[in-house]
Amino acid sequence: MKILKHVAILVLSISLFSCSSDDNSSTQIPIDETAGLQKIQEISNETHTFELYSQSGSLIQGYNHITFSIKDKKTNAYIKDAKISWLPIMHMAMMEHSCPKSAVTKTSDKQTLYEGDIIFQMAENDTEYWDLTLTYTVNTISYTVTDIIKVQASAKRTVSSFNGSDGVRYLIASIAPQNPKVATNDISVGVYKMQDMMTFPVVNNLKIKMDPRMPSMGNHGSPNNTDLTQSTTDGFYNGKLSLTMTGYWKINLQLLNASNDVLKGEPVTTENPASSLFLEIEF
Amino acid sequence: MKNITAILLVIFSTVCWAQEKKNDTLAAVNLNEIIVIGKKTPLNLKQPKSLTSVEDYLMGSSKMNMIKRGAYAWEPTINNMSTERTVITIDGMRIFGACTDKMDPVTSYVEISNLSEATVASGQQASCHGATIGGSIDLKRNQYKHRKNGWNGSLSSGYESNNQQKIIGAALGYTDSTFFAHVDFMHRDAENYKAGNEKEINFSQFTKYNISANAGYFIDKKNVLETSIIYDKAVNVGYPALPMDVLLAEAKIISLSYKYIPDSAVISGWETKGYFNTITHKMDDTKRPAIPIHMDMPGWSDTYGFYSKIKGKHENHEFLADLNSFYNKAVAEMTMYPVDPTENLMFMYTWPDVRTLYNGLSLEDIITISPETILRISINLGFHSNTVANDFGLQSLRIFYPEMDATKNRSLKSLSGNYTKNTGKFEFGFGLAYAERAPSVSEGYGFYLYNSNDFYDYIGNPNLKNEKAVEGNFFFGYKNGRLTSKITASYFYISDYIIGKIDPGTLPMTIGASGIKIYDDINYAIIFNTDFNLEYSFLQNWNLKTQIAYSLGKDDQENNLPFISPLRYNAGIEFKKEKITAGIFASGNLAQNNFAKVYGQTKTPDYLIFNINAGYSFDCNQNKIKAQAGIENIFDKYYATFSDWNKIPRMGRNGFINFTYSFH
Repeated sequence: MKILKHVAILVLSISLFSCSSDDNSSTQIPIDETAGLQKIQEISNETHTFELYSQSGSLIQGYNHITFSIKDKKTNAYIKDAKISWLPIMHMAMMEHSCPKSAVTKTSDKQTLYEGDIIFQMAENDTEYWDLTLTYTVNTISYTVTDIIKVQASAKRTVSSFNGSDGVRYLIASIAPQNPKVATNDISVGVYKMQDMMTFPVVNNLKIKMDPRMPSMGNHGSPNNTDLTQSTTDGFYNGKLSLTMTGYWKINLQLLNASNDVLKGEPVTTENPASSLFLEIEF
Repeated sequence: MKNITAILLVIFSTVCWAQEKKNDTLAAVNLNEIIVIGKKTPLNLKQPKSLTSVEDYLMGSSKMNMIKRGAYAWEPTINNMSTERTVITIDGMRIFGACTDKMDPVTSYVEISNLSEATVASGQQASCHGATIGGSIDLKRNQYKHRKNGWNGSLSSGYESNNQQKIIGAALGYTDSTFFAHVDFMHRDAENYKAGNEKEINFSQFTKYNISANAGYFIDKKNVLETSIIYDKAVNVGYPALPMDVLLAEAKIISLSYKYIPDSAVISGWETKGYFNTITHKMDDTKRPAIPIHMDMPGWSDTYGFYSKIKGKHENHEFLADLNSFYNKAVAEMTMYPVDPTENLMFMYTWPDVRTLYNGLSLEDIITISPETILRISINLGFHSNTVANDFGLQSLRIFYPEMDATKNRSLKSLSGNYTKNTGKFEFGFGLAYAERAPSVSEGYGFYLYNSNDFYDYIGNPNLKNEKAVEGNFFFGYKNGRLTSKITASYFYISDYIIGKIDPGTLPMTIGASGIKIYDDINYAIIFNTDFNLEYSFLQNWNLKTQIAYSLGKDDQENNLPFISPLRYNAGIEFKKEKITAGIFASGNLAQNNFAKVYGQTKTPDYLIFNINAGYSFDCNQNKIKAQAGIENIFDKYYATFSDWNKIPRMGRNGFINFTYSFH
């Protein structure tokens, strides 16, 4: 990770240095635009190089917030006004499928950065892998680039796909808290459905009931949680999650539709220690 | 010349002391009970078992009881009110236990070798060291400057058959005209005790070490500097009534005081003391079989404080002004170890680094209206502030109280007046008082504190109001040459009474717990106490003593309060002739039928036990040898009382022997 960081700094300083020597003010960028981010990898074709960044410097099964820049290979200039779309694809032995993702947007208050979310519902393995295709337009010319990306398995369950009682295949993913605390945490969950193998739109107007438990300690719960409801701004489902101590928490969930029919999950009782729909947090 | 001055000085200070003492006793006869612990014991107050625990000495007061969780560290109650509603000080120093489960009351960090006496004050009758409702105890350190010049010391040893308790103590002191120093040591080591019918109570062992030192220096006639250190360490202490034991309970108690004894006829003494104490308490469940989950629960409590107390006399007024303050830091943690070792540890703060700052001014005036009548008036003003200094802890508490601030300030007031009349034969008095107290750290900021008596997890409540009590008390006494009798009663009407209330919507944390209780103010509660003491001496060498006490506690729904004593009684006949003492004592309780069902208690049956003892002491030149022996619970009765946590049975038959050799 440290090496990656050093490489990232080196790359940045080289590019800055080369930019300066060009004396082309439009290609000059503030060096700290990616400060605090770790480089995941580069993806390039003949004309452009994409530099992918995230908080952790790697892609993981579940929710990923990805930031990237595009650099013109010839001029070493960063491209500030590209129109970009992306498509992650899982290549399995018998089939291919995509996963939920957001649109790519220009990062506000940054000159050279773009961002978006991808929710990988599975990790790569020895025979199955993900690649990412970026389709983009610079100065009305369209380009495309594809490369393999590494998606590691998550130690805890942060994403779950299942068939709802209405026959729809749903996918639920933990967005926040990324850094859980012994406190009342803001919890955020994304809910998607599989429309076809390549399309996973956000599902609106559902409700999510939540019951966090600690299975390692008598399956005790926590007080003053708020069930999740959909945000009008980002489409995520938000609630309040109380974690009374560190350790492993199972976040038992029930997904309900607008008419309060349970699509998936069961209430936690003495007889039923866990819901079939759950996410996990360990800290 | 120097020697003469020194001797004069010693005499002078002794006279001063005696005079002060006399004044104290005058008030004390009327109001406070003084329990003598040290060696300068008047014959009639002599303990038949002089090496017994501090707690056992305190139980001599009819106002006091002990909540027992095992053989060690009993929790004192005054007027049936426990730690939160009382103030226990050591020479005026505030000390706070570091255990969230009250396994380490202040009294557990001292030894009888450290103390000369304890002043037990009911209600507001001597509340100069902080805000209290039920009463206060000041444990007084030994006073060495009044000893004879030269070396003095003692060796003591004891054994108790029931739990093979071995007691060893030693003290050595030196007093000079300008200087005195003293060091004492005491060690107790006990195995499991056996309740009646030879039933061994597992996890009731304990080991305790206590070492203390005092030194003083007379700067001149009027100025004395004194320093005192107590180091107390208990290890491997079993608490059979609780699900956990104690690995370590350690206290370091340090003070430096300066006394000024002016010539002035008005001011009789002025003492200023700075102090510091630090307590470490570590619980231990590793020896218990079949625990659902292993956990560590350490706690720390540090207190810094000072007081400046001035005493004086003018015409018929005897007054006292005491400015005192303390700053306490209380932290307790809980770490639970999951069965799966790859899982992260479960950690929380159960006391989230709560800082308590108290500044108080206490004023008292004892007015001798006539030789027979005395009026005592006292007033206390205090500023009390709590701050949660740990952000982790504050965020945890905000799960329950999203709006809570880190700091909460309170002002605490108390006011009391007592009128007493003593005609020699008859004495009577009555008093009225108003008092307030702030919630304790657990009541205000505790986080999932499991109570193994009612099986609930307790959550503190930072929004609690001050608890307020109106108290009325009276006493009536009669004495003649042979007979001394006294009846006393007190009634407390406590509004915004703090007690745990079930929160039905919240799940408990502890495995097996019934639910959650959140500390709350209930409208009011009442506590009534009355006791009757009678002493009668007959046939020259015989003395009969009886004591009967009754208490009642109710909440605003007429429910009984927990840990309230039923009718309890004791009686004894003592024989004293020259160097020989002997006695037989009986003590018992009636059944507690007014038990606190709503607060998770059950009925306790009645009991009656008998003790016998004998002692022999003789002087040999400057040396004094004292031997005592006896049998407690002669008939090996199996019993538990209302104040035994989870009905843990008390000790069965126990033979003891105490031996003390002292010289000076």
